Amino acid sequence: MLEFLNPPFMQRALLAAVLVGITAPAIGIYLVQRRQALMGDGIGHVAMTGVGLGFLLSTNPVWMATLVAVAGSVVMELIRWYGRTRGDIALAMLFYGGMAGGVMLINLSDTGSNANLTSFLFGSLSTVSEEDVTAILVLAAFVVLVTVGLRRQLFAVSQDEEFARVTGLPVRALNLLVAVTAAVTVTVAMRVVGLLLVSALMVVPVAAAQQISKSFKVTFVLAVVIGTAVTLAGTVTSYYQDVPPGATIVLLAIAAFIVLTALATPLARRRARDRGSEADRCTLEVPAARPAPDDVSV
Amino acid sequence: MPEPSTPEPVISMRGATATLGARPVLRGVDLTVHRGEVVALLGANGSGKSTAVRSVIGQVPLTGGTVELFGTPLRRFRHWARVGYVPQRTTAAGGVPATIREVVASGRLSRTKLRLPGRADRAAVDRAIELVGLSDRAKDSVNALSGGQHQRVLIARALAAEPEVLIMDEPMAGVDLASQEILASTLREQVAGGATVLLVLHELGALEPLIDRAIVLRDGCVMHDGPPPEAVGQHALPGHDHVHPHAASEPVRTGLLT
Ligand SMILES: Nc1ncnc2c1ncn2[C@@H]1O[C@H](COP(=O)(O)OP(=O)(O)O)[C@@H](O)[C@H]1O
Ligand SMILES: [Mg+2]
Repeated sequence: MLEFLNPPFMQRALLAAVLVGITAPAIGIYLVQRRQALMGDGIGHVAMTGVGLGFLLSTNPVWMATLVAVAGSVVMELIRWYGRTRGDIALAMLFYGGMAGGVMLINLSDTGSNANLTSFLFGSLSTVSEEDVTAILVLAAFVVLVTVGLRRQLFAVSQDEEFARVTGLPVRALNLLVAVTAAVTVTVAMRVVGLLLVSALMVVPVAAAQQISKSFKVTFVLAVVIGTAVTLAGTVTSYYQDVPPGATIVLLAIAAFIVLTALATPLARRRARDRGSEADRCTLEVPAARPAPDDVSV
Repeated sequence: MPEPSTPEPVISMRGATATLGARPVLRGVDLTVHRGEVVALLGANGSGKSTAVRSVIGQVPLTGGTVELFGTPLRRFRHWARVGYVPQRTTAAGGVPATIREVVASGRLSRTKLRLPGRADRAAVDRAIELVGLSDRAKDSVNALSGGQHQRVLIARALAAEPEVLIMDEPMAGVDLASQEILASTLREQVAGGATVLLVLHELGALEPLIDRAIVLRDGCVMHDGPPPEAVGQHALPGHDHVHPHAASEPVRTGLLT
């Protein structure tokens, strides 16, 4: 029992996994709310160049990836502001340039190998170093501080940007903060789930949570719970079965989504019935012949 | 029309021009709203009503002319808690569920900004939800609401900041009768409490008795600025548009009948 807790590399991997499980859905919920669910994927691609630079300059790839991902996210936000018409082309250049640059740099470096590349793309447990854990802890603290501390402001900006501007909130700064926080989260998650699957952990737990919740708050809490559960379960499974952790975690998250979706349908039906029992029945005084507006809901 | 209690108007737009894409949408619009006044902005679809309102709150950049809010040039205006904005309702909701209370509470941010909300803030949010008659549904998701209920949520969101001026873009569009009555009575209370209102309307309808003055836009120009056009109340109803024989000869009506 709990034998997986003994090796030090597993202790580090599990700690990293918990932090990923918390932070990825915590920032992901704002991306989903703004309908930018794939932004994390783009940042993941860009971060690859940072990893490559880290190898080439023999510094810690996590910090390098953070720097480059943050710079990339700022550029993405600027493209969103100014590049209305050609925006998607510019983003494509950024994403694929970042990925290609990373692969190239890793190949040029002495220390980088294809095994290294794979571990960054798809995650790996045994490679989480002491140094990585420190970096991940600091970065995760930043993400939690932003996503929880500014939840009201970020909710407003992500729900209705124009209205948020008319409340006098610093909308541009907050948008930039979301982008930067997403970039930081990518590098937090990079070690465990890998850069190619980071975005899944930002989006899938949120999608799963919203199947059964009516409020932003519950969606947030539930998404973090699901995120933490699947990263822990995936990490342990990966230890025993020798399967890649990133893929395991993402498949578990998708399983959670499917289960909650299946649960949600009867739940919604029951809710509608509870409400309907009073509202639906015709009474003689009701003047309008059309159905109650509640029934039109999706 | 009540006498303005302060010399400067609440909203003052002078010679405003704006282009969207390459198209001139406002072509020299003057629009003034004094304290305590209820002004309706009328006009056909595409006449520039939303653009005019959105440039009043700084969401559409002007290519010419000036806007002042409470006597302060828009560029330097910071007291956004004094302004309650109700956008033209879009079907696009956020990608994540949110309750009525969560959405309405975001309207309070013009007062709380980056600090935590206190007891007074929570009370103001509850009051705003109460005003639009949605207290019993405060914990329901906004995605499960009808058009009219959704519109009431947007108005409550604007009221949560306890603003001095309400700027509303087509608050009655696509709203069922029950909600129209609630909206009209909410507005009546606000006006009785001294609120200043600028609202975009497609037809005067149930709100007619509240309106002090009407401004009619056509193709980005002001066609009429004065007492609400009488005939409009009865004839601009949906279904009357295409059968009106005098439409072409009467500019004020023509503007409304599209
Ligand atoms: N983003 C935009 N780009 C280009 N044209 C626009 C845009 N938004 C609105 N327009 C055009 O500007 C004109 C005025 O629009 P609007 O102010 O929304 O009219 P109204 O609210 O009176 O229906 C319309 O002809 C519309 O097609
Ligand atoms: Mg409009």
